[in-house]
Amino acid sequence: MMADDDIEDIEIQLFLEALHRRYHYDFRNYAQASIKRRLTQARTQLGYASLSAMQEGVLHDESVLPRLLNYLTVQVSEMFRDPSYFRALREKVLPHLATYPSLKVWVAGCSRGEELYSLAILFREEGLYDRTLFYATDINPDALDAAERAVYPLDVIKTYTANHQKSGARTSLSDYYSAAHGGAIIDKSLRERVVFSDHSLVTDSSFGEMQLISCRNVLIYFDRELQDRVVGLFRDSLARKGFLGLGSKESLRFTRHAASFAPFVSAEKIYQRAEE
Amino acid sequence: MNHDTVRAVAIGASAGAVQALLHILPSLPAALPVPVMIVVHVPADRDNTLVPLLDTRCQLAVKEAEDKEPAMPGTVYFAPSDYHLLVEKDGSLALSGDEPVNYSRPAIDVLLESAAEAFGSGLVGIVLTGANHDGAAGLRAVAAGGGIAIVQDPASAMSATMPAAALALCPDARVETLDGITAFLSGLVHA
Repeated sequence: MMADDDIEDIEIQLFLEALHRRYHYDFRNYAQASIKRRLTQARTQLGYASLSAMQEGVLHDESVLPRLLNYLTVQVSEMFRDPSYFRALREKVLPHLATYPSLKVWVAGCSRGEELYSLAILFREEGLYDRTLFYATDINPDALDAAERAVYPLDVIKTYTANHQKSGARTSLSDYYSAAHGGAIIDKSLRERVVFSDHSLVTDSSFGEMQLISCRNVLIYFDRELQDRVVGLFRDSLARKGFLGLGSKESLRFTRHAASFAPFVSAEKIYQRAEE
Repeated sequence: MNHDTVRAVAIGASAGAVQALLHILPSLPAALPVPVMIVVHVPADRDNTLVPLLDTRCQLAVKEAEDKEPAMPGTVYFAPSDYHLLVEKDGSLALSGDEPVNYSRPAIDVLLESAAEAFGSGLVGIVLTGANHDGAAGLRAVAAGGGIAIVQDPASAMSATMPAAALALCPDARVETLDGITAFLSGLVHA
């Protein structure tokens, strides 16, 4: 007799296949254990008895999709999360970038924009903002909308402010937002040089000639095959000697492209594209 | 009990974790034929000081789990602070930044439930001392998957809440003192 667990695994595969064929969202190579948790959470919260029932729902009712995507993709993040990462960018990476006349930065998997605006503030503080174009991409349209609106709840600002200070801040976070819409809205001037775009690391192709790609806590959701694809995409999207920043517990060690990158600040998982 | 079938050990601990783990882990032999995965509740902004502390005192190798790393025998893997630790079906470790479960990240339930799916009857799941209810649902998943569920005797635990909650959801779990748990795990070597 087949165990319930094995039956559920079949349902997961069929569900992800259906989602891909119907809407072109491809989660088939996401790391199994955590996509399974997320699917179970979505099924419970959306009120379906089984994944098969949820599959039928999403196939025939487009309005289910946005809610489903929020369970499958949205990341909880904060501004200046892991302040030491931003400190390392400030002290070690930006001095290199300061030698370029113009800069491109890609925040891959930008979710609701917390990391994007952290970088924008950092670049402004270090005098590089006006020569930089930021590309912020995500597959979730709701998250991209939220990133573009740039409004954050007031109750998290205290944490963001503390993180910002620990990153070696030269200014105060309050210089960059004002109270509005029941929250804190990021200044328009920090949103002017950002291009928001719907882009999938799974199915879309490379972006050209970035000096910095920041993609933190995204790769951990991918299986090894997909990690290989995405790291290859990053390599192809980086300019010569461009930098790649990953999450503090991510590494290139288990990917096929490890040799294409040299550790630049090992402790902060900041890599530089190697000469080939 | 046929210990030949044990393929992995997963442990959860909260308040009182340091003393409990210092009691168990240093006594285990380097030849332990299975990996040990551990979730301890640690404040998000703090480094996991348990890892270096235990590494110097244990015969087993003790390290913080890395994403995609294969879980090796004779090695203890701790969930990094602020990340969930999961196990994939191929026996490799996975991290996630998903929302806290039971107000905790890492959460014991997340480890135990994924390990139960990965190892089924080959898993030993253990819930130690703690002052919350994390791990109870996870231990039930371990037992439901045919694995061996063990709870620290609440009467002997520094904080009885967590083992008592696990026992309430998983009444058939074996109840052991720290010495009993140590002896059980050491016995895996001579199976």
